[in-house]
Amino acid sequence: MEKRVLSGNAAIARGAYESGIGLVSSYPGTPSSEITDNIKMYDEIYSEWATNEKVALEVAIGSSIAGTRSMTCMKHVGLNVASDPLMTLSYTGVNAGIVVVVADDPNMFSSQNEQDSRHYARFAKIPMLEPSDSNEAKHFVKLAVEISEKYSTPVLLRSVTRLSHSMSVVDIGSRENVSRKNLDVNIPKWVMVPANARKRHFFVEDRLKNIQTDYDNDILNLASEELNSKKIGIVTSGIAYQYVKEALPDASLLKLNMVYPLPLGKIKEFSKKVEKLFVVEELDPFIENEVIAYGLNLQRLDRSLMGELSVERVSKLFKNIDFGVLRFPSEYDDIDKDLPQRPPNMCPGCSHRGIFYAINRLKLFASGDIGCYTLGLLPPLSAIHSTVCMGASISMAHGIDKGSNGEYARKSVAVIGDSTFLHTGINGLMNSFYNSGTSTVVILDNRITGMTGHQPNPATGISIKGTPAPQVNIETLCRGMGIKNVRIVDPFNVEECLDTLKAETAKEELSVVITNRPCIFADRSVISSPYFVIRENCTGCKACVKVGCPAILWDSEKRLAFIDETMCTGCGLCPEVCKFDAINKLGE
Amino acid sequence: MKTDILMVGVGGQGTVLASDILCDVALSAGYDVKKSEIHGMAQRGGSVISHVRIGKKVFSPVIPVGSADILVSFEKMEFLRYFEYINNETILLLNEGKIYPPGAAGGEEKYPDSLIEEKITIFKKYYLLNAFDIADKVFNRKVTSTVMLGKLASVLEIKPDIWKDVISAKVPPKTKGKNIEAFDAGYNT
Repeated sequence: MEKRVLSGNAAIARGAYESGIGLVSSYPGTPSSEITDNIKMYDEIYSEWATNEKVALEVAIGSSIAGTRSMTCMKHVGLNVASDPLMTLSYTGVNAGIVVVVADDPNMFSSQNEQDSRHYARFAKIPMLEPSDSNEAKHFVKLAVEISEKYSTPVLLRSVTRLSHSMSVVDIGSRENVSRKNLDVNIPKWVMVPANARKRHFFVEDRLKNIQTDYDNDILNLASEELNSKKIGIVTSGIAYQYVKEALPDASLLKLNMVYPLPLGKIKEFSKKVEKLFVVEELDPFIENEVIAYGLNLQRLDRSLMGELSVERVSKLFKNIDFGVLRFPSEYDDIDKDLPQRPPNMCPGCSHRGIFYAINRLKLFASGDIGCYTLGLLPPLSAIHSTVCMGASISMAHGIDKGSNGEYARKSVAVIGDSTFLHTGINGLMNSFYNSGTSTVVILDNRITGMTGHQPNPATGISIKGTPAPQVNIETLCRGMGIKNVRIVDPFNVEECLDTLKAETAKEELSVVITNRPCIFADRSVISSPYFVIRENCTGCKACVKVGCPAILWDSEKRLAFIDETMCTGCGLCPEVCKFDAINKLGE
Repeated sequence: MKTDILMVGVGGQGTVLASDILCDVALSAGYDVKKSEIHGMAQRGGSVISHVRIGKKVFSPVIPVGSADILVSFEKMEFLRYFEYINNETILLLNEGKIYPPGAAGGEEKYPDSLIEEKITIFKKYYLLNAFDIADKVFNRKVTSTVMLGKLASVLEIKPDIWKDVISAKVPPKTKGKNIEAFDAGYNT
């Protein structure tokens, strides 16, 4: 059998291919984005970037009704957006199978919160599978499709950053040939008016019981027991299983491949075979609470609910228990904190930098959003003052306006990217317009979904496959709503940005300011010859250093600025802020 | 053989591709292999780290604290950030080429030259090479990571031919020859 080393995300994509899934609709979000980025390589699967996760799941539901197996992939907070269709999809059930992949981010490497998506499985009363490596990730997509069709339920497949972005060896199989089912015309099943939904609620409760019973009775082969020492028995799942195997090689294990519903009968049997029973899991005590509520004699671990587990963290959890565990001495102290740091930064040539420089200069409060531009919070720009969730910038700016009787609307802006605007920002803008808001909304239209890896969106003009596609014009969209004050600015023209922001925030009317430069990665043709510092003219005022460009360096001995020519993209922002004509283009 | 290799550098240096290549090399040589890294917000210009674990059977994709056998630093100061992973037996492969962090570039902080000199002596063995200079000589900076892979190959028990096959398959076809040259240059340094 062919073997490949694949990331968890690439393996999930492979699993979709092998299990005959015919449609994938997703919105990108770290750490889930590469699943759909990999799906697009398979011509047998129709794939698309949707405008948001709710839309993506609804597309998947439609595909299921039409008879084609479907999947949608999102990050944990994306499932909040998709939770509305998910909760009722539980009632309708499916026609062809539906897999909902959700990738959590313990430790918040790239997220605004650390929520544990397992709660959604219980909330929606649907099953959730949790793989522990790439090979399982691939295989569990197939299992999820089977369970989905067998019990008529959407199935959640939970990943975490450490699985999605880790690589391990995967057995490569071939694609299952499935013929499309017929369109599912079934009004009592699919039309969730109260009279029908009441009946379907019985179905939901029965289905959950059936799945749990089949899990307990090994009809669903989803739990595996590894009996070793009788002293300690550990119930675990997902990536935590790997840490337990390495930290506690002698412990007896019950590995759960499905984390909701739980095989409480099986756990009870397992508990009888060991002296002490523990649950090792990451984030919330989800399995632990269920097992204790069931009445089993479980020893709670004194475990932090924050961050990722690791081999050494698992090892430490058991150090006070009389058990031969491995020790992981760190013989050397961590000295990272004393070193010059390398914080994430907006790239050299980033089209967001100039407008943030202007926002900083005008001392405006910036209601921010989710994307690369969230990095505008960092000094020296320090020009993002709130970030909550996708699209919140515009509605929060409206709240700032109305909550201060217009006072703070004169001193604040909303800042949102094109992809985030089309995701959920647009609803907020309609709300501001309808309710006679007077805020100023800055849409940073760089025509790409940047932070998650440069995926195209409706404003890009390119499809997921890289072919030409219809393009939403954000200016026309805003004008079409009826907004009068819509201005286009060049974000590298600092004077224009300053004048426009001053004029628009002063107006007691809703304004939209759209920046018009592409992401430096979306359009490499905008890169031009680099700038350099004319040493004789440089006074060492550091005005250029304050734009926060990684290509602008400071020679502390000579007290002069200089530009790293290999990094400079020739965007032209720094000569704009230099009052001494000390920055010039090479060859000019 | 159980070998835990920590590859560290600065975003954009090609550590991810280099660690991908190492994984395929290990698989071709008949080992189990796992790799872990974090991308997303901590991208361009940020510190990057890849854990690669090679052995008969690998569980956690993350190297436990104090367990790294080899630390490969693609930039001169980056290895200093990961001391919790090393032990008395850890080998260091160090690119002496520097990439200034923004603080040091902006003049508020100093590049830690003396700390580097002091700390490399902790390692049981350390190999120093200026991979930037070697890469420039062979082709350009873009093959720096291949130079470092060449050096790594010289301390691992996997035949160079396996490395060259994987590198040829993984790099852009046009740069295949230059990458093999860069690998050899690193291997023989």
